[in-house]
Amino acid sequence: MKLADLSLAQLRQRLADNDLALRTGPFVTRIHSPMPQIADGLLRLYGEFRLDDGKFQDFHVRVGPPTGLRRWLRPQINFWYDGHSPFKPLPANHAFALMEWGLNWCVAGHAHHYLMLHAAVLEKNGRAVVLPGDPGAGKSTLTAALMLSGWRLLSDEITLIDRDDGLLVGLARPVSLKNASIDVIRRAFPDAVIGAPAYDTHKGTVAHVRPSADSVARVGEKARPAWVIFPRWREGSPARLSPHSRADAMLHTASHAFNYSLLGGLGFELNAALMDACTCHDFEYSNLDDALRVFSELAA
Amino acid sequence: MSLDQRCQPLLNVLRDATHMATLDLENWDLLLRQAGSAGLLSRIAIQADALGLDVQVPDAVRPHLTAARTLAAKQRQAVRWEARRVARALSGIEGPVLLLKGAAYAIADLPPAAGRLFGDIDILVPRAQLGQTEAALMLAGWHTQTQDDYDQRYYRRWMHELPPMTHIRRGTVLDVHHNLLPETARIRTHASPILDAAKALADPAGLSIPANVDLVLHSACHLFHEGEWGHGLRDLVDLDAMLRTFSAEADFWPRLQARARTLNLGRPLYYALDTCRRWLKTPIPDRVIAECPSKPPTWQRPLMRKLFDAGLASVHASCASGGLKSATFILFVRGHYLRMPWHLLLPHLLHQALRRDAPQT
Repeated sequence: MKLADLSLAQLRQRLADNDLALRTGPFVTRIHSPMPQIADGLLRLYGEFRLDDGKFQDFHVRVGPPTGLRRWLRPQINFWYDGHSPFKPLPANHAFALMEWGLNWCVAGHAHHYLMLHAAVLEKNGRAVVLPGDPGAGKSTLTAALMLSGWRLLSDEITLIDRDDGLLVGLARPVSLKNASIDVIRRAFPDAVIGAPAYDTHKGTVAHVRPSADSVARVGEKARPAWVIFPRWREGSPARLSPHSRADAMLHTASHAFNYSLLGGLGFELNAALMDACTCHDFEYSNLDDALRVFSELAA
Repeated sequence: MSLDQRCQPLLNVLRDATHMATLDLENWDLLLRQAGSAGLLSRIAIQADALGLDVQVPDAVRPHLTAARTLAAKQRQAVRWEARRVARALSGIEGPVLLLKGAAYAIADLPPAAGRLFGDIDILVPRAQLGQTEAALMLAGWHTQTQDDYDQRYYRRWMHELPPMTHIRRGTVLDVHHNLLPETARIRTHASPILDAAKALADPAGLSIPANVDLVLHSACHLFHEGEWGHGLRDLVDLDAMLRTFSAEADFWPRLQARARTLNLGRPLYYALDTCRRWLKTPIPDRVIAECPSKPPTWQRPLMRKLFDAGLASVHASCASGGLKSATFILFVRGHYLRMPWHLLLPHLLHQALRRDAPQT
């Protein structure tokens, strides 16, 4: 059963009753929330995702108002992981963004049966590109644009590498856009479905792009890594790939990974195997159309 | 709720790890949540592997066990590395430097070590060497974090440890003790017999661990006197694992009782033995409990059992029953009451409540 098979009223009821188990790639999360924004956001962005039978969940989360006197002064929202709240409460209208961060936290903090890099991953014609990116480098904008022009999205934030075969595992969860990039994507892809923006978060304005139906339908297909590309948006720059040393790429992904040192020797082996399988590039761009052209030549 | 219905399936698995083979998917879901919340998931994952159960657990569960074992292996390696740094920093200190609790279990590969997770490293040094120890650790990069004069005074004047020392680059935390209990505690104990009986380690050279009986008594005293219930069930599992193994030694029980008398820790030992036996079915002979050097009056026993049960059940929402909040509050107050007399405690709590930054005790 898909999430979109529920009506909004049914979805709200199931969220309020702690009766919704959502599958995103290898993980099943039970989501409990009385908040209308959570139901609205899920229906808008997660409609194609499958619901699980609810026997076994990897994560149990709740998004709701904190108790205490403050809630009468200024409505707030908090995130609980099985009764424990890892974050400080946020203003109530950030509920959906908080849930997204919370779901990332669940994976990054627990899924040590993968090597987890801080990078986006997309796939085309059986070959995957890993996009590590410093904040503000334009990684998510490029990820959203690639997905909306036919690349299959595996993940926007967390690259999962299977420790048994070194292949990339997808989540296909929505792409998080910040500030100006929200309008960039809206203009370039008028048909893209984008969730309600959360204003004035610690990352500025945040809004999420609905993953393509193909990405969600094929989330279970692992992908073979082919490129590691470090994107950087720079005003006026032509879209251009240039070689990036593998050794440096390996150091960069290791130091930006969620659990590289936790995996010890295995983390090194998996990261080294990733670099062996890939060619590494820097990529500068200013215009999305030009950027997409370079990527489609790469995948051809 | 009776004890046997509580915290299931976690409690049955802790009593007998083979119970894992009987669980259905729904029970696995609950077990992973309870064990994760209690800090016992890695221990269970290692037991599942040792018993060869890993192949029969459901596919959805197996990755969680793999992840938990990976985390434990990393922590084990990290604590060994960190202990070597401590040994190097303190190589010039006279008198034994003892690793306590988690670090001692891990480095000496004692029964609780398998899958034991750590927050910080605890060490014990002779009080006379405290100043030199702190200076040597500071040279090696550990510093007390608190800038607050009051906190510094509070620790140095009344407590049995320095304020926690954090390593400036690695962020690891070291608790430096000179006794097992605060100077102000209702029970007075002394560290010198523990220091005298310490066993030197080959690796890292220069560090020691307490004798087996002292390890048990320290764990008991930490849980049942200091009242840190956040890790209550994990600490009880430590005690259970030690008692099951150490009791095979000649004269273990009489030595444990005599030691409790020497260290004036009879009461925490009584509570530890009684609670281990009730919660984890630890095989402890009746006479050992009957001959404990200090026992609470008969009328108090059911009340104390109720309180400790509530403290242990606070580990996960599924274990709780009615009255949990009031019971954990009473335990919190008891912990403070045992820590210092009222004329010191009340001004301290008032100061903590009124301070401007986030209140933490």
